Amino acid sequence: MRSPLGRAIGLGSAKDGVEHWLVQRITAVALVPLALWFVASVIGLVGADFDTVQGWIGRPLPAILLVLLLIATFYHASLGLQVVIEDYVHAELARIGLVILVRLACVALAVAGIVAVLSLALGVPS
Amino acid sequence: MRSADRPLSPHLQVYRWQLTSVMSILHRAAGVVLSLGGLLLVWWLVAVASGPEAYAAVSGFLGSWLGIVLLLGWSAALFYHLCNGIRHLVWDTGHALDLKSVYIGGTIVIAAAAALTVIAWVAGMSRWVG
Repeated sequence: MRSPLGRAIGLGSAKDGVEHWLVQRITAVALVPLALWFVASVIGLVGADFDTVQGWIGRPLPAILLVLLLIATFYHASLGLQVVIEDYVHAELARIGLVILVRLACVALAVAGIVAVLSLALGVPS
Repeated sequence: MRSADRPLSPHLQVYRWQLTSVMSILHRAAGVVLSLGGLLLVWWLVAVASGPEAYAAVSGFLGSWLGIVLLLGWSAALFYHLCNGIRHLVWDTGHALDLKSVYIGGTIVIAAAAALTVIAWVAGMSRWVG
């Protein structure tokens, strides 16, 4: 995605800076209600036994919101950590390596969390 | 030319601490803390999906003093990053960018984040005890 001005004059540092900026904000907006819902839910689960927690995660609404939370969280984290790394790690190889590592870790964590939630929601025996 | 030989503009240590700069760097620090907290979230979810033994391990850790400290730090980072993130979104619309609004907004964010953290822990602890 490009800004109208960038498209018109055909210039831009990496040609996709607007997308990074925009997706960081879209995920941020999504995370406001999702994070508040998650904290409230966790407080509701304080002191609950294993079956209660497992049953809660597997219910349709919590499962849907947890998957959305995982996607938004790790997309947002990967974009944010990328900027932090690019600002502070000056050696080029280390910088590129760290950005790739963080991106892979975020994808792996999101997939792990989503698979865990779906296995409970869809009743896959563990 | 080696970059270390180049003259540098005045950096962090030259300036007096101020609310705006401290809040800016805290937003970043909180973001990094929350990313690490993501590990905890995924560990918790995978443990619940794996069975009672794995879940007992994660609840045991979260109930230990280290777990409580991590959760306290995670919740404070979350509420701060969330409130200050809303402040950033307001700025993105081009509003509240004058110095007075920036300081008022900063004060509101700190107060709101502290209040939400306290409320969350009072609610959580009352359930723990009750």
